[in-house]
Amino acid sequence: MKRLYLLAAAAALIATPAFAQNTITIGFTDSVTGPLNVDSLGQTRGYEFWRDEVNAAGGIKAGGKSYKVKFVSYDDESVGGRVQQLYTRLINQDKANFLFSPYSSGLTAPAAVISEQYGKIMIDSGGAEEKPFEQGNKYLFMVITSATHYLSGAIEALKEKDPHAKLAMVYSDDPFSKDVLAAAAQQAKAAGLDVVLDESYSPSTTDFGPVVNKIISSNADAFLGGGHYSDGATLARQMHDQKANMKWMSILVAPADDKFAELGPAALGVTVPSQWEVQVSYKPQFGPTTAQFVKAYEAKFHAPPDYHAASGYTDGMILQHAIEQAGSVDPEKVTAALNAIDVTTFFGRIKFATDPGHHGLQVGHKMVLAQWQMINGKLGRQVVWPTEAQSANLLYPMPASK
Amino acid sequence: MVRRPFFWIIALVIAVFAALPAIGNNVEMRESLVLACVYITLASNLNLMLGYAGYINFGSIVFFGLGGYICVWLVYAHNWPLLPSLLAAGFGVSALALIFGLGILRLRGHFFALATIGIVEGVQAFAENFSPWGGSSGIYISPAVFKPFGGAAEALWVIYFAMVAVMGASLYLSYGIKSSKFGLGLLAIGQNEDAAAILGVPTPFYKALVYCISAFLPAITGGLYFFKSAFIQPSDAFDLTLSTEAIVICMLGGQGTVTGVALGAFLYEELRGYLLTSPTFADFQLTIAGVLLLIIVLFFPSGLMGFIYSRFPRTQKVLE
Amino acid sequence: MLGFIASIIDGVLVGLVYGLAAMGLTLIWGVMDVINLTHGAMIVAGMMLLYLLASALGLSPYLILAPSLIGGFFAGIALYWIAIHRMTGRPPLMSLLSTFAVNLVLVGVGTAVWGTALFNVEVSVPGFSLGRYTFPGPHILAAVLAAVIAVGLYFFLHHTRTGKAMRAVANNREASELVGIPTTRLLAISVGVGVALATVSGTLIGTLFPYTILSGDSYELKGFIVTVLGGFGNPIGALVGGVALGVLEGAVTPFVPVSWTLVIEFALFVIVLIAFPGGIFTRRRGGL
Repeated sequence: MKRLYLLAAAAALIATPAFAQNTITIGFTDSVTGPLNVDSLGQTRGYEFWRDEVNAAGGIKAGGKSYKVKFVSYDDESVGGRVQQLYTRLINQDKANFLFSPYSSGLTAPAAVISEQYGKIMIDSGGAEEKPFEQGNKYLFMVITSATHYLSGAIEALKEKDPHAKLAMVYSDDPFSKDVLAAAAQQAKAAGLDVVLDESYSPSTTDFGPVVNKIISSNADAFLGGGHYSDGATLARQMHDQKANMKWMSILVAPADDKFAELGPAALGVTVPSQWEVQVSYKPQFGPTTAQFVKAYEAKFHAPPDYHAASGYTDGMILQHAIEQAGSVDPEKVTAALNAIDVTTFFGRIKFATDPGHHGLQVGHKMVLAQWQMINGKLGRQVVWPTEAQSANLLYPMPASK
Repeated sequence: MVRRPFFWIIALVIAVFAALPAIGNNVEMRESLVLACVYITLASNLNLMLGYAGYINFGSIVFFGLGGYICVWLVYAHNWPLLPSLLAAGFGVSALALIFGLGILRLRGHFFALATIGIVEGVQAFAENFSPWGGSSGIYISPAVFKPFGGAAEALWVIYFAMVAVMGASLYLSYGIKSSKFGLGLLAIGQNEDAAAILGVPTPFYKALVYCISAFLPAITGGLYFFKSAFIQPSDAFDLTLSTEAIVICMLGGQGTVTGVALGAFLYEELRGYLLTSPTFADFQLTIAGVLLLIIVLFFPSGLMGFIYSRFPRTQKVLE
Repeated sequence: MLGFIASIIDGVLVGLVYGLAAMGLTLIWGVMDVINLTHGAMIVAGMMLLYLLASALGLSPYLILAPSLIGGFFAGIALYWIAIHRMTGRPPLMSLLSTFAVNLVLVGVGTAVWGTALFNVEVSVPGFSLGRYTFPGPHILAAVLAAVIAVGLYFFLHHTRTGKAMRAVANNREASELVGIPTTRLLAISVGVGVALATVSGTLIGTLFPYTILSGDSYELKGFIVTVLGGFGNPIGALVGGVALGVLEGAVTPFVPVSWTLVIEFALFVIVLIAFPGGIFTRRRGGL
């Protein structure tokens, strides 16, 4: 009997290094070209960084097997019509086992239709819009905070600084931004803040001159809005050029990118709702700490990670965790594991809604508010809200244009 | 018509399209052929305006997009079944085309082309602001709509066969018009509109009629396409590049021919699919498409069919 | 009220730049009945030149107008020989397609080299304030330069030999050839001038807003509207059309949600096209 145990142990020892080398294929599209390519790049880097780390550590281990991770990805040109074509190809031709989302809500929604039609799990870090999660989808999971909560921190902070602030809301006419600002308008009303302007602009707008004049005319002292990188950055610059002199500006997405520093003085004092910043410090149950993640990422890309990179990395980490928990790559088992997840990583807490009306929606993660400030003579982002997480005090009112 | 070999060639094409992916349940091939069907339908109907009547229409995508919107909206908001929604899309868009057409068909040449660009941009901007259609976020239809077909997988096949049927109808339409008195009138307009009018071709009526007809099948295929996608948003439905691609396809294959346009559409979609997913060419696919087009325009202005006709004059009798 | 006045002034300033951006399009159109679909790409070429020279050499943006003008002229000559020369006498579709093809190549190479990232060139010129409304210095300067360039073009067309010959070719190509005007050379020069106007306007627009490789499209579309408003083939008309469009935008935005502006613009565009086929400010077709 004892010998049998020994034999089994020996067999296990021999078997361990000789884990069958299996691969799992993960497919996604990213916007290498088109208007979304700045925002998309961070997410793709996050995906790839995770893949390289997993493979260096020997792959994903589940049910006594070890799986190397292989990526297949295509350029969706930031166009929704291409996304469905390419995801169909990823599933049927490239035999992807799992899918990651493209970047942005507008592209994730059409991709999710395909992943559901073929019953493939898709982990979403690029689309925060809630509508796709209200369709009764079974295989779609979102690791980031959804659009409804993007600006709630900004409104809380603003209410504390000035309970009588008048808000101008001007935002891109895309599903994500409309979702965010619709929720923000309700939250502002509940907080007793006055919304004096509420309008959207076409995502292809290149000149915000008339819009800025309209904001000035509305006598607002706080601005909430924007959309994605190009329009948000242009809007910030023109607000500065035309001396709109808001006391408060929150712009979506664009200021969360380090490129935003190129705007120079126009960036100073702008706040951005952020899924994650290098200053946050959650205690991870597994995976790297924030400090480890930032250090390794900088060593590889020679630039600090933004929240798109962190959420992209989290996509992979959560999928890996679910596969390990399930002990299998079988989609139904992994789905069950994802439904059961409630963990804290360096990115924050992750838990998915499981009721059919919101299945897959993120309910654990919380956002922070970051502000562009001068740090040692250079522009950089500081976490300013919520107060228990802040790395610097909130600048209010923000510095005036000269 | 039934006695002509070309009638049977079209029938053969339809049969091949329907059968090829169905044998062996080849989903990947089906998806590639779906897009080929869309391109062939769009380009063939555009050809009625462009190749026959000589009017450059950048607005063919509007028919496709509006058809998609009407169909998806009826299914989503009014729980209509697919078939009546499709017919409503087809007839609704044709009626709209007639109204638009009466206005802009007074223009000629560049001016007509520009007006059609204006219509695309205007309709897209309208859809972005029109809240019953969900504005810029568009309309999602729940996967539950596929239930009557027996699930998503079966529904996709049904939609595919419907799209092949619409494509076949487009080819017969092109062929039928070309061999009719109406078609001769259109070709006369394309050659010299003033002369055609003097010779007794009712030019305003013919132009309005062909504009209206060329809207019907693209609208239905748009309805099918966006029903299949279960999702429609303005930037996809009214993408000006798809209109431009349809024009390029007509040129590539040989405007005014039935075979050439269909062949051009098929080759274009396959080439584009290859370039887009090939790691070597993905970055340069636009450049390659541009160089190819330039070579065709400069050196082979009558397209693929022109080349084939001049090399093998006999084909002219068989291939329209 | 002050807000409305500010919007109108803003409209005039931006409109002058729209006008300049459309001038090259309408010039080529008027002289040889070709719609140059590389126009948007050429505007972007002017913007990229600005970015490269301003950030690499630290040159003042306004000095870059000179290389932009010269570079654009030669690019235009090249464009003529590659895509337009063989198209004379062919149906209008052919020149549309040949310039569209070149446009694809330019945009394709541009995106392969620079991606579609946003470029921002900071320009500091003191602005002018009206109450709480500020008109940034670069906008004022760009509007003034646009007007100066338009006047310069007017003098070129009306008071130089080459300019007069260009107008003659626009009016009647066969007749010009009969009286010994070298039409081919003149057509090439016209395309050169038209493209130079596009690149210069691109360089100026680059000082106003951040831009990407794809920014040219929206100015090309605006160029069509301006051309329709101002009359085909008429550079001074283009300036008037540009201001009309700018003022329309300025006058409409205070009262209508900004997202509707485009619907109004394109509806107006189609209506004007149908009602005045030939443009509002044109006396006769083909005349410059």
